[in-house]
Amino acid sequence: MAFILQRRHKRPKNEFLFTALISLGLALLVGAAIFLTYGVNPLEAYRVMCQGAFGTGLGISEVIVKSIPLMLTGLAVAIAATMLLWNIGCEGQFVFGALGATWAALYLTPGWPPIAVLPTLIFCGAGAGMLWALIPALLKTSFQVSEILTTLLLNYVAIIIMDHLYFGPWRDPDGMGFPGSALFPDAATLPRLFDSRIHIGIIIAITAAIILHVVLQHSKWGFRIRVIGKGPIAAQYANMQVNREIIQVMAISGALAGLAGMSEVAGIHLRLQEGLSVGYGYDGIIVACLAGFRPKMVPLFALVLGTLIIGGEQLQSVMHLPASIVQVLEGALLLGFLASEAILRYQFSPVQTGPPETA
Amino acid sequence: MIDDIVFISHITIKSSIGVLFAATGEIFAERSGILNLGVEGMMLAGALIGAAIGLAGGPPLLALCGGMLAGGVLAMLHAFFCITLRANQTLSGLAIAILGGGLSNFLGRPIIGEVGIRLKAVPVPYLRDIPVAGEIFFNQSMLVYLAYLVIPLASYTLFHTRFGLKIRAVGEDAISADAIGMNVTAIRYCCTVFGGVMAGLGGCYLSLAYTPGWKENMTAGQGWIAIAMVIFSLWSPYRAALGALLFGGLTALQFFFQATGIETIPVYILLMLPYLLTIGVLVLVMRLKKAGKGGRAPACLGIPFNRET
Repeated sequence: MAFILQRRHKRPKNEFLFTALISLGLALLVGAAIFLTYGVNPLEAYRVMCQGAFGTGLGISEVIVKSIPLMLTGLAVAIAATMLLWNIGCEGQFVFGALGATWAALYLTPGWPPIAVLPTLIFCGAGAGMLWALIPALLKTSFQVSEILTTLLLNYVAIIIMDHLYFGPWRDPDGMGFPGSALFPDAATLPRLFDSRIHIGIIIAITAAIILHVVLQHSKWGFRIRVIGKGPIAAQYANMQVNREIIQVMAISGALAGLAGMSEVAGIHLRLQEGLSVGYGYDGIIVACLAGFRPKMVPLFALVLGTLIIGGEQLQSVMHLPASIVQVLEGALLLGFLASEAILRYQFSPVQTGPPETA
Repeated sequence: MIDDIVFISHITIKSSIGVLFAATGEIFAERSGILNLGVEGMMLAGALIGAAIGLAGGPPLLALCGGMLAGGVLAMLHAFFCITLRANQTLSGLAIAILGGGLSNFLGRPIIGEVGIRLKAVPVPYLRDIPVAGEIFFNQSMLVYLAYLVIPLASYTLFHTRFGLKIRAVGEDAISADAIGMNVTAIRYCCTVFGGVMAGLGGCYLSLAYTPGWKENMTAGQGWIAIAMVIFSLWSPYRAALGALLFGGLTALQFFFQATGIETIPVYILLMLPYLLTIGVLVLVMRLKKAGKGGRAPACLGIPFNRET
């Protein structure tokens, strides 16, 4: 028996919940299959993950800490995708944000009045991420080069530049050969909240989500962006400057990813060092998808992914399973999202191929 | 001087084969209308399975088949989502890239750094003795010779056979192709899976011949570079080979400068060059296109086929 896909006239109610459940369900199933091949009881593995993420106050605060960069990169991907731009380069923009912040903290602001330091840091982080995102944006508007490949390839370049800087010119002279920059001065670190590692990056991220939501839904500019995303040709008929919007949107997207890099380096690591670029840019794609590219839903799914990452770390320390299981679950989440989209959009009707059966 | 040129040329070919296999497969997928951004994940899966089978004592042929199968299975998944479920091809490809990377990191943990099979250079009798060219072209591993065969074969299949015509028809105008009785779905599945198999082979080349053994993320973006080279190639295997050689050439220069200790160009700049060159090549192609020279992408690339609409 074969199936055909027929377009549904009405999308089912509660589609949002449905998408989330299907995606998570599929990811958990795939995870279970992998645990089984490893000879690990999946229920036990998931129990350990939950224990790690929610079992203690420390776990919960760590989930929130992880969700900060995920929110920002998720927003970065989401705003670009609203205009049908695929910013796969958040990882590189994240790295540049970290570079901008490091430069500001160690070479620009020493000696400044403390009150001016953090704003400068934030500005430099966002600016550096924005500059890095402008390269693919300009290549797209001037030469029509697909942003998917350019943003992605620039990730590798950004990481090479960062490695070069902390192995070379920016290496801490008092670091005894340890690859990494000097420690940020106190004035250049993001203040922490509630006696935990949660830093004020969380306020920046949530504010960004609210601003983006309001601007996209309630401003003339946001309306233009959404129209261009719905149909670039219609937008051209309406005499909309698509090129200008491409540059604006990519700049905002890059700035958000840059803020993520800034908040990681100035809030958590406190120096430029290895282990800074661990894929938050790619995770942002998954967060944005699961959120349906809607800024207001991004924080929620950043928390979901943060839970997954902390759970994965717990798996590594308790059961000695590689934490890269998280990456597998992320891939499965994305596929689950696509599957649920298909189920929402089409209904599967059986068709009879071959001659009808005779009784 | 001549020795340096031979050395660089030899490494150029050696370094380009992974990208070349992957790009050839991707050309078939894209010609049939399916954009496959999962190449990086498929290469990693192929590299891991090839290395793992080799380590378990399997013969090289089995290792190759295993790696190709791994790429093919991931491509099948991509095909199911893009063709049967008509999902967004960009997102599906990214999901496969993430999934393949994650699976290979997870499963490959225990065998990092261990080497089972090392496909050594096999000099071709007689041809090896040609001055200069013999050392460059005919003192390579068997997979390089396979690549010499694959390029013309792929080009011939695509442009001079009925099946190739069908592939191009489906990629250019799926609705008309369907109307005259071609099985759009089957052809697209076929080409996508072939693309995955070739990406798996490219991965195997890396983990069995180029830098034997498994290392996390050992492809270092070669899958993405292969996709860019497909655009550069204007969807033709011979030009894809040229693109792959450009990539290989820069990698070879890196080796050369490191081997000779000449520090005219800092290492980190050399490391960036392959990625920057790939971006440069994309710009060049689009400029030529703007000037009215060069080709264009298959018209149905990225558009799901749907008989009802």
